[in-house]
Amino acid sequence: MDKKVYVTGIGIISAIGDNVAETLASFNSLESGVGQLEHIASRHRGEIPVAEVKASNEKLTSMAGFSSDYKNTRTALLGIIAAKEAVKSAGITNIREFRTGLISATSVGGMGMTENLWMDYLDTTKSGDWLRYIESHECGDSTEAIADSIGVKDFLSTISTACSSSANSIMLGARMIKQGLLDRVIVGGTDSLSKFTINGFNTLMILDREHCKPFDGQRKGLNLGEGAGFIVIESEAAAKGKEILCELTGYGNANDAYHQTASSPDGAGAYLAMEKAFSVSGLKPADISYINAHGTGTEINDLSEGTALDRMFDKKVPMISSTKPFTGHTLGACGGIEAVFSILAIQHNMVYPSLNHVHPMPELSFTPVKELKKNQQIDHVLSNSFGFGGNTSALIFSRKK
Amino acid sequence: MEAYIRGVGIISPQKTFDTEEFLPEVVEYSNNSLRCIEPSYKDFLNPTLARRMGRVIKMGIAASSACFKDSGIAMPDAIMTGTALGCLEDTEKFLLAIIENDEQFLTPTSFVQSTHNTVSAQIALQLKCMNYNFTYVHKGYSFESSVLDGLMTIAEGNGKNILVGGHDEMTDKYYRVCDRVNYWKKEMTPTLQLINSKTDGSVAGEGAAFFMLSAEASDKDYAKLRSLKFIYKPESQQEIEGRIGEMLAEKGLTANDIDLVIYGINGDARYDGIYNQLKDSYFKNSTAAYFKHLCGEYQTSGSFAMWLAARILKSQSIPPSVLIGENKHASIKNVLIYNCFMGTDHAAFLLSQC
Repeated sequence: MDKKVYVTGIGIISAIGDNVAETLASFNSLESGVGQLEHIASRHRGEIPVAEVKASNEKLTSMAGFSSDYKNTRTALLGIIAAKEAVKSAGITNIREFRTGLISATSVGGMGMTENLWMDYLDTTKSGDWLRYIESHECGDSTEAIADSIGVKDFLSTISTACSSSANSIMLGARMIKQGLLDRVIVGGTDSLSKFTINGFNTLMILDREHCKPFDGQRKGLNLGEGAGFIVIESEAAAKGKEILCELTGYGNANDAYHQTASSPDGAGAYLAMEKAFSVSGLKPADISYINAHGTGTEINDLSEGTALDRMFDKKVPMISSTKPFTGHTLGACGGIEAVFSILAIQHNMVYPSLNHVHPMPELSFTPVKELKKNQQIDHVLSNSFGFGGNTSALIFSRKK
Repeated sequence: MEAYIRGVGIISPQKTFDTEEFLPEVVEYSNNSLRCIEPSYKDFLNPTLARRMGRVIKMGIAASSACFKDSGIAMPDAIMTGTALGCLEDTEKFLLAIIENDEQFLTPTSFVQSTHNTVSAQIALQLKCMNYNFTYVHKGYSFESSVLDGLMTIAEGNGKNILVGGHDEMTDKYYRVCDRVNYWKKEMTPTLQLINSKTDGSVAGEGAAFFMLSAEASDKDYAKLRSLKFIYKPESQQEIEGRIGEMLAEKGLTANDIDLVIYGINGDARYDGIYNQLKDSYFKNSTAAYFKHLCGEYQTSGSFAMWLAARILKSQSIPPSVLIGENKHASIKNVLIYNCFMGTDHAAFLLSQC
């Protein structure tokens, strides 16, 4: 199938910025978003570093364009902010002009509220307008809030495949355009930090007590983060006459089928996802200029991903970095956020450094890029996202020919 | 985008699992919360593993296993499931542990199993299936998204046999939580009287239903799935009828060609008017049926309806317990399902006899 899928807009909010411009500024000044927890009353505050979006929920509500009467979860608010920026950047003024869909992704949905209100929900002697948050618990509720805020009506769906969720929403949107089911789709994902995920990952003993260091021989785990990243993808017909940021040329999804949480040591699922993405794009590994790795900083992921990359690229791995030391691991949002980074890399011919990397991994042939690199020729970017449940996904973004 | 339904597997509040009979009797519930009649899991899971798993994971594994057996397809080319609430029991367990122990002394099992994609992942793990694997979590579009993806995968030529399904579980606590936002009836309503209810709210349900969608016809087929449309927050009855009309026209059909319509009537006075208007005007010549008195209201209830439609088309018989009024048709060629969750996520399915 030779139908093209063009990227015409991007929107992002994470610990390194509330929008695309702030994000680029943080990359330029090498400013990581990892710090101490402020917005969640957790006993792990001060002990487990996280990459939190700086704004409070009140501030986010106003940034999302609502008055203080509007009540929604942090997950929904982050999503609305990023999706609105993406729609604006695509120059869309009439959302109904084409058949338009929204496909979002999240891992915990409204859990950030549920965990604070759960006991009150169960206590029928207590009541208040906070009961509204009951319905916001479901993952799909944040998607509907985003859709309603930008006026999307033709199609919506939500994906949750753990940390590969939003790479999959981008893939689904591209497939729907190619099948002629939609003309344009706003795709990506959103996740807010919660005690639920912080404690969950903590029980798995994969949270680094310092800043994470992906692909380092002495890596100790990941830092959690929060945020949202959305991109606007359009068919050739819908994108006609518009500024095209790049083309989404490849996507692949597979399952590692090895363990509920751990990746296989040889990265078989990761390899398959990349292989499929190459097959869809018609590109060869040698065409890739930069890899935005999943690179969480855990013992298992980086070995599994690195091994798969060495095999895929025959030990000639191009420039590669993990941007998670900047944003933390934003779980269901990371595929969307890193898609934005991949697109910006092509637009600005730049490669982001993998912060905190010191020691090469003896098992791998490559080390990640350590400095911000500018004036690079970046034509094709591979972006990997892997998750619990063996879910593996890979996307390829390409400069428009 | 069309596919043959080659096999089914379903666990529901009715006797639908491990039986050749098609709804031989109705199990009635009077406590406003219908729970699944679960099989013994020892044929599907090793007991140690089963003990640690939440109910919905076990139901998902057993129902999908039944679907593999029924379809004769041991290894699907893709797996996509829908669940609005994910693994609720495990989610609550971990959440409560965090609250009660002030974030201390936690163990990972329930967290690991709480992620929404656990069922799809466990199916893949059990089969060692490394193919495409997706989990949809969009309220009343969770199951519908999995079906759409299945149809699309076949249309793309990326697979011939695709496992799709929907699964959601209800818990005592979550029932109480949803009751606070008026999901359920305040008065206890026996399920066989649900359709006559004039009050707000419905009765809670749950279930796990899987389908093998196939690109090619076989002698096992239940029905042909011909179309699926999402109608999000329709602004008027005209909009609903217009979208259904377009859907039928794409297949060269009109309302008069639809022999049976299966409605998501759930006894909720706030939303049943949508179905009744369709029944009494747009589809006035079609036979009418409903199903939520059998499975309760839940986000992935469309999967129960699709099973019902598939069985009716294959057996060419409509169980009396689902009929509204009389059966006006000697043979059933085309079935339309119209379902919505809480008035927002509307969907229409079109299935035809093979």
